[in-house]
Order: sequence, then structure tokens, then C-alpha cells
Amino acid sequence: MTRTRLTFLLMDAPFESSRTATAMRLIDAALDRGIDVNIFAYEGAVGLPLAAQTAHANAVHGRDATEEDHPLPREWVAALRDKAVERGLAFDWVNCGLCVEERGAAGSIEGTRRGTPADFWAMAAASTNTLVVATA
Amino acid sequence: MKVLNILSTGYRATLEEQDDTVLWISQAMKRAGAELDLLLRASTVNYVVEGQRVVPLSIGARSQRNAPDVHAQLRDLAGGGATIFLLREDLELYGLLDRPRLGEVRLIGAGGLPGLLSAYDQVWHW
Repeated sequence: MTRTRLTFLLMDAPFESSRTATAMRLIDAALDRGIDVNIFAYEGAVGLPLAAQTAHANAVHGRDATEEDHPLPREWVAALRDKAVERGLAFDWVNCGLCVEERGAAGSIEGTRRGTPADFWAMAAASTNTLVVATA
Repeated sequence: MKVLNILSTGYRATLEEQDDTVLWISQAMKRAGAELDLLLRASTVNYVVEGQRVVPLSIGARSQRNAPDVHAQLRDLAGGGATIFLLREDLELYGLLDRPRLGEVRLIGAGGLPGLLSAYDQVWHW
């Protein structure tokens, strides 16, 4: 039986748009359905898997860092990566290399790699379909 | 595989990036052998208008030498074999129907979109 594979292109920087959380939920749902996934992080989205992201306390909420349990996109990426591994599914996260350089955004978590638009094209061509989640 | 890129957001970060980043990734993919066309709608229809020019950006003492030229990007894509479609209704809404424009574009009405979209393996909306 042919496996289904979906490619997602993400473009928003972390903590800027609800589109990012929605896209992560879509990827999560795809994995739940046994679908292999590719993700191409373009422009600000290369910040999503940055290993240096740190959860903070929130004085307005009256909570310390532990109580606040602030969500970090790198943790979402890691959780999706780990779910894919557990279920024997493909999970290929590619950061646009030039986008990383212009932002000084090197240092992504394990399980992600650097690539080019040619990688995005190859991913899309090998997929059942592609969803572009672009910055508005 | 044949892809239609639909562009809806014009001049997105063009001053910082020195180009439209969706046109840029389209150019990069074309150079890698991709078969893709473009449909311009909303504010991106202005990209086809002749005679537009961007003054290089200056912030304090930092002056940019190379300003973006989205019109030239489109011309490059058309020269590389991409078909550039332009949504007629949006061109009219922006008052640009009679302005001199890039010759290589094809006007299409909203009624023609279902047929156009169904001619592609994938459609990406930016």
C-alpha cells in the first residue's frame, strides 16, 4: 500500500501568529493518521526549532517559570519529531539555509537539517499534497 | 509535477529582503528544474505595472545599495518559462487595468479559476 506523505511550508516567526500553532496541530493530526510529513521552514519559521528558546516566568500572570509552563515552539517540533519516530513515520524538518544565516538563527534542535528551495521542491514532488502556511 | 503559486500579499518584507520572497523561492525552484506558474491577485497585481521603482532604503547612516525590483523578478520568471496569470477583477479594483504592464502576463477572470486550478498537480497559496 502506498504511504501518504504531506509537505508543509511554514513561514511565520515564533510567537507572532496563531497560524504556527494551527500548523503544528495539523502536522500532529497528520502523524496521528499515520501520514509521513516533511516541513520546510522558510523565512522567520527557521526560528521555530531554535534550541536556545527559554521559557520565562510571567509576573503579570503571577507565576514563576515552572508554574507558567510557557510553550516553546522548539518543544512542539521535538514532540512532533519524537511522535514520528515512535510511530515509524517520516519526519523531515528542513530549515532554509539562507534564512538561517540572515537571521543568525543557527542552532536548531536535533532532527532538523539545513536545506534550500530545491529541497522544498523535492519534498513537494514526493508528497501527496503540500500546504503552504504563509505570513500574511 | 506542475505547481501554481498564488500570490496574495504584495511587497511583503521586500525592503529587507531586496526581493519578494515568494518570487525568490519560485526563481530558485525554477533554477532547480521546477515546473511552476504564478497567479497574481490582490495587492500583488501591482507587480506587473511598468515604471515602478524603489528608492534604496536608508536608515540613519545605513544606506542600501540594491533595492528590490519585483517587476524584474516577474520578468525573469516569465523569461524562464513560467506563465504569469493576473486576476482581472483585482486589476480593475486597484485601478490598474489600463496601466502599461508586463507584456508576458495573461489576464484571467474569477470565473476561469476553477479550470485553471484544476490544471495543476498542486496549488500553493502565499
